[in-house]
Amino acid sequence: MLSYIAHRLGMIVPTLIGVAVLCFFMLRIMPGDIVELKLRGDGVAVTEEVIQQERARLGLDKPLASQFVDWMTGLATLDLGRSLWTDKPVVEEIGTRVWVSLQVAFMATIIAVLIAIPLGTLSALYKDTWIDYVVRVVAIAGLAVPSFWLGMLVIMGLLLLFRWLPPIETVSFFHDPIRNLSILIWPALAVGYRYAAVATRMMRSSLLEVLKEDYIRTARAKGLYERLIVVRHGLRNALLPVITVIGVEFAFLIGGLVVTEQVFNINGIGKLFVQAVGRGDFTMVQGLVMLVAVIFILVNLAVDLLYGVLDPRIRSKA
Amino acid sequence: MGILHRTGRLAALATTGLATTALTLGLATAAGAAETPRRGGTLTFAVTAEPPNYDCHANTSFAFIHPVAPHYSLLLKFDPANYPKITGDLAESWTVSDDGLTFTFKLHPNVKFHDGSALTARDVKASYERIINPPKGVVSARQATFDAVASVETPDPQTVVFKLKGADASFLANLASPWNCVYSADKLAADPKFPEKNVMGSGPFKFGEHVSGSHWTGQRFDGYFRQGEPYLDGFRAVFMSSSAVTNALQGGQVQAEFRGLAPADRDRVKNGAGDKVQVHEAPWLASLILVFNAKKKPFDDPRVRRALSLAIDRWQASTALAKISILGPVGGILRPGYELAASEAELTKMPGFGKDIKAARDEAMLLLREAGVTGLTVNLTNRNVNMPYTIGGVYVIDQLRQIGVTVKHEQLETKLWQSAMSSGNYDMAIDFTGDFMDDPSLNLTKYLSTEISPVNYSGQADPLLDKLYAQQRGETDKAKRAQLVREFERRAMEQAYVVPILWWNRSVVLSTDVKGWEMTPSHYLNQDLADVWLAK
Repeated sequence: MLSYIAHRLGMIVPTLIGVAVLCFFMLRIMPGDIVELKLRGDGVAVTEEVIQQERARLGLDKPLASQFVDWMTGLATLDLGRSLWTDKPVVEEIGTRVWVSLQVAFMATIIAVLIAIPLGTLSALYKDTWIDYVVRVVAIAGLAVPSFWLGMLVIMGLLLLFRWLPPIETVSFFHDPIRNLSILIWPALAVGYRYAAVATRMMRSSLLEVLKEDYIRTARAKGLYERLIVVRHGLRNALLPVITVIGVEFAFLIGGLVVTEQVFNINGIGKLFVQAVGRGDFTMVQGLVMLVAVIFILVNLAVDLLYGVLDPRIRSKA
Repeated sequence: MGILHRTGRLAALATTGLATTALTLGLATAAGAAETPRRGGTLTFAVTAEPPNYDCHANTSFAFIHPVAPHYSLLLKFDPANYPKITGDLAESWTVSDDGLTFTFKLHPNVKFHDGSALTARDVKASYERIINPPKGVVSARQATFDAVASVETPDPQTVVFKLKGADASFLANLASPWNCVYSADKLAADPKFPEKNVMGSGPFKFGEHVSGSHWTGQRFDGYFRQGEPYLDGFRAVFMSSSAVTNALQGGQVQAEFRGLAPADRDRVKNGAGDKVQVHEAPWLASLILVFNAKKKPFDDPRVRRALSLAIDRWQASTALAKISILGPVGGILRPGYELAASEAELTKMPGFGKDIKAARDEAMLLLREAGVTGLTVNLTNRNVNMPYTIGGVYVIDQLRQIGVTVKHEQLETKLWQSAMSSGNYDMAIDFTGDFMDDPSLNLTKYLSTEISPVNYSGQADPLLDKLYAQQRGETDKAKRAQLVREFERRAMEQAYVVPILWWNRSVVLSTDVKGWEMTPSHYLNQDLADVWLAK
């Protein structure tokens, strides 16, 4: 198992290099000039000379190869460069926001797991009964309703029904946990519902599959209690694909809460991502892509390790 | 040397005109001004974007002005209650020589920077020299507006003298620009880029903190040179998306958003919050314009450009679009209501502004036939921003359809739109004009030859327009200047490289607790918050 983990960790470096190279060149293909947008975007007749000076200051006049070398050497020393828009270090800009996005993602994951596993299980166990129908309706509604729209409904509901809105500025959980939760619980619920819907559908279908397996029939033939069969033999095996879905969804939430963050005015990674792409802030986008890549890789690794914990066959193969 | 009082000839030299028609629903600020200002409290307001850095001289967006203006003093400023009258900020008084080439300013005594150091003429000189001749690596976005300045002199610590190479009718008004923050000469001497990353002015509020993506704060500067001001203990600018602003205003989480709301959002807040909010409305110093790519066929032919401009019924648009958007007044190249703008009688004689749309469209079709253009199909390049770009674009497409022109609406993200415009990779496009004050020298830049004005993306080269522009800029006689501007406008509308579609309306929603704030046609002005106070 240890050598398996070491092998997976070893693969991280080449994967990240590949992402860094792809990301650098793909961004340069995109049209648009951050300097023009910054200085002429509001219609001010800034001279070409000033534009060229600013390009030179930001290093955008250097040959592409030189910019690439700067980016890769910076990456090797964990220096992601400075934002072309704010001139602040990319690490600093991301650092102030990543914790909020991570917290929302964790909270949404907890909400999704708490909803999806019991509901998916119930739906599978009571297949084609009213319980199954209700769960399926709830899950399909969760898939159909965009999170940001649900978020807007939540905001409007709070405003109209309770004349209350969550505070508009995010604070650290460790600084003021109540205020922190009163802000972040709403986006976590809005996102967690859709997340739960995906996981519930997966849980149901996976458990239905597992319950048809020979080893379940054997367990029943041995006279084991149904609850024991479902929990020990059914759920444990049915959870494997559900964990994959949860892992992928979690990683997606780090950079994917774009509109939801805007609706709830959360200062997170998704909002920063959209702003950086909109402005053509290459260095910031590169930094964010690298962050999301690292999170995806680590979450996938964690999911694979969990597979090993849940399934002895995988553990022994590793 | 004739003395100019701030309320006298100065206002005439600057840009007098129709006073802002600020219609205030709910509680009027006029009523607020009559009350005794109350000290204390923190004003929380929303800003829908965020400044990239802290340097006034390098920035161009309202997102910069709204949080940063309260920290700095200017030499002059616009009097918000009597726009476009100019009043002193650091300048206590000033004189202008009879030839209009020497401007002498006496500064208020005992002005202090936030670090306690004295602000003198040396600081004003250093700040303006930074704008006029920026050191290497410093961006000065408005360098060109001061190209008439020959020297800035400081005969004594309280006096600043600007000497011009030639007359500039806009010079005084340009000194009242909200972007010309006065920095400490010592700080600039130590590091010319100091203002990019530090906020240290002499304005009513000291810098508190800026949390990137979240908020910006300021605290009252007790050493502010205007006795008794500011009234607020501080302010808090919260950065949020436009979609979040409406809820925040309705829910009372923010007390203001100073740029302006769309009619639907304004009405939603008004209906939801009732008498807890006040609405200020005024014509906005911004317009939507249609740009033709004069370097590309068939728009290299002025008949085709004029034909397409003739097809647009601006008067109908004004009535219809004002109900659903910020678009409203019909106007030419200058804001309707501004004293140098064309009157309605003058405007209706220009191509594209007549009230008989059938006759205009007949003429348009004739022009297209003369130019040998039939079955024209073109792209309209636009930003993917609904208010007011998409709405304006859709209207233009419908209007052009009426003369048989088929238009494909190409809506792009702002960065890609900007790229298409700069590279000339478009047929025709929706653009906008907007600035901090009504003045032909500023407001006509989108109509000049591209070589002179890179923000005119039409690619036009029209020496006559450029000559008329230079003449009006140097003409200090108002009547003669108006004549030159009119001549410029007629030429611009006939050639139709760039044509106005509609001007904008500005609606600002504030909590009724907010007092002392005055509406102006520009969202760049009156944001130092020195006069603002909270009723509770």
